[in-house]
Amino acid sequence: MSAARKPAGDKRNAETYLRMYRQMVRIRAFEDNANQLYLSARMPGLTHMYSGQEAVAVGICEALRDSDKVTSTHRGHGHCVAKGAEFQAMFCELLGKAEGYCRGKGGSMHIADQAHGNLGANAIVGGSMGIATGAALSARRLGRDDVTVCFFGDGATAQGLWYEVMNMAALWKLPVIYACENNGYSEYTRTDEIAAGSILARAQAFGIESHQVDGQDVLAVNQLAGDLVARARKGEGPFFIELMTYRYHGHHVGDINRDYYRSKDEEAEWKTTRDPITNFGMWLQEQKIASADDLAAINDEIRADAEAAVAYAEKAPYPDASEVDMHVFAGIEHALQQV
Amino acid sequence: MTREITLSKAVNEAIAEEMRRDETIFLIGEDVAEAGTPFKVLSGLVEEFGTDRIIDTPIAEPGFMGIAVGAAMTGSRPIVDLMFGDFLFLVMDQLCNQAAKTHYMSGGKLKVPLVLRTNLGATRRSAAQHSQSLHALVAHIPGLKVALPSSAYEAKGLLKTAIRDDNPVVIFEDKLMYNDKAPVQEEEYLLPFGQAAVLREGRDITLVATSSMVQVAQAAAELLARENISAEVIDPRTIVPLDEETILASVRKTSRAIVIDEGHQNFGITGEIASRISEKAFYHLDAPVQRMGAMDVPVPFSPALEDLTVPTPERVAERARLAVRGELFHAA
Repeated sequence: MSAARKPAGDKRNAETYLRMYRQMVRIRAFEDNANQLYLSARMPGLTHMYSGQEAVAVGICEALRDSDKVTSTHRGHGHCVAKGAEFQAMFCELLGKAEGYCRGKGGSMHIADQAHGNLGANAIVGGSMGIATGAALSARRLGRDDVTVCFFGDGATAQGLWYEVMNMAALWKLPVIYACENNGYSEYTRTDEIAAGSILARAQAFGIESHQVDGQDVLAVNQLAGDLVARARKGEGPFFIELMTYRYHGHHVGDINRDYYRSKDEEAEWKTTRDPITNFGMWLQEQKIASADDLAAINDEIRADAEAAVAYAEKAPYPDASEVDMHVFAGIEHALQQV
Repeated sequence: MTREITLSKAVNEAIAEEMRRDETIFLIGEDVAEAGTPFKVLSGLVEEFGTDRIIDTPIAEPGFMGIAVGAAMTGSRPIVDLMFGDFLFLVMDQLCNQAAKTHYMSGGKLKVPLVLRTNLGATRRSAAQHSQSLHALVAHIPGLKVALPSSAYEAKGLLKTAIRDDNPVVIFEDKLMYNDKAPVQEEEYLLPFGQAAVLREGRDITLVATSSMVQVAQAAAELLARENISAEVIDPRTIVPLDEETILASVRKTSRAIVIDEGHQNFGITGEIASRISEKAFYHLDAPVQRMGAMDVPVPFSPALEDLTVPTPERVAERARLAVRGELFHAA
């Protein structure tokens, strides 16, 4: 793996690496628990798993400040964790409980810890591309040097909105980074069957500096993101990154029988040879940053945290019925009484 | 001091006053800077506020609408200029799936204080894609407020309120009214949302009219007055929120109502308001509540056809006469 080429550096770097490892494990642990909640029918609705793509969210979000913004997708749990969210409020949201980040009104597809710069997960594919670009415009107009990262999948590159806002971002040199997580599949369809030409070239056509990176290599992602975020902060944006990654689950948790569009061999290949957590763990051991026991302890601790958060969320109360018409309008406590 | 100014000037003044007051406001849309829009409503603003705050965009309505939503979520207060109301169909995802729902879906954590300025109104000989009155579409979506000024005075006061509102507000100006003058005070004023105006008091029938149809209702009331039929004219000013109380109080007094609006009649504003009257003032009614919307056809180009599609004072007066005489019972 390419990460093995990089030096471990000083102690401070070691802490950063361990934090990235922990964050990736946290995402995987969250998703494994979410999947179990679905499979055991303890979760309302369904959810889209981020497992396999952890190096993308973590590599990028570790390059961001708290005040930097991200926009997320229907496959958004990874971005949410990576941008600073806690398990308890996330599982509460997943189960529609009042202590969820969105008071149970958003659920899996809208989960976000807004206080850490997450402007929301979006259930319209490509729906947040304008929002991210607008956040970048806002930051620059208001004299802040915040950068916005717009996460979206390869499927979303088929949406026209992206081309409209990339045009404006490039014209106005906005501090936005479009991060396309190319996991190869647009829902239930191979993306190479529905995407003409090169995705990278589409951004380049707007004069936007574009990069392709191994999205399974958290260090490569983090190094590139760190560089681009710093440059975007200085006004050199926008940028485009295509992160080559893989989705371990189906389009959503209920997409079990998927041989018709993706082979089990292909899935096994990615999971055994390209897993971002396993490979980064091996590198940490090679670099003597952590032992196998250290990593196992991290895994165990995070798994226990996740399970405790699930148990908490399952017992947590649902929102009171009186909340149903709250938050329809800012400044109006109960919309149905006043509109 | 009061002077007469055009609706166009009133809108321009409202934006300029608010932009002077609050640095976080910017305006974005197609041909809004040097061009000042095709209707010249925004002329002069770019000279005062610069291209940083009066932002010309490519012809990409979903794109700049989405940008405004993101900006609104992060501390700015954008005013979006949508050149024609018909282009609402282009921005529906960003307006209705994003802007309208963000506050709710975030459990109240995020706000979207933006104003979408656009227009409505037929009879400008602009055919089916530049003549629609589509406010019912957005009024249907919880989370959006909808304002329908009917004069320069209302346009200014409602727009200033819209700009200060912490929610997405869609404000429709009647594009045929841009050059109409009305008395507007020089002193600053705001008009509250959810407060209808009783523009003319009457005893026999209530004419609830919005936007472009307020003039029609007023003219119809004049015609009726010559026949000793006394019509009350109510302008809701905003349809979300809707001042139901003022409308119901009037109908309880007059016992008859016609609702007039330039949106298509089917499944529209007229049906909504008529239904609320029927539900909540049924036992005060002496005649079935009447709806008068735009004809349910695409707006035709030919003047001979287009003029048939919009309620006129004569047609409103005729319907009112039937209602007052008690001759509506067998109407189709």
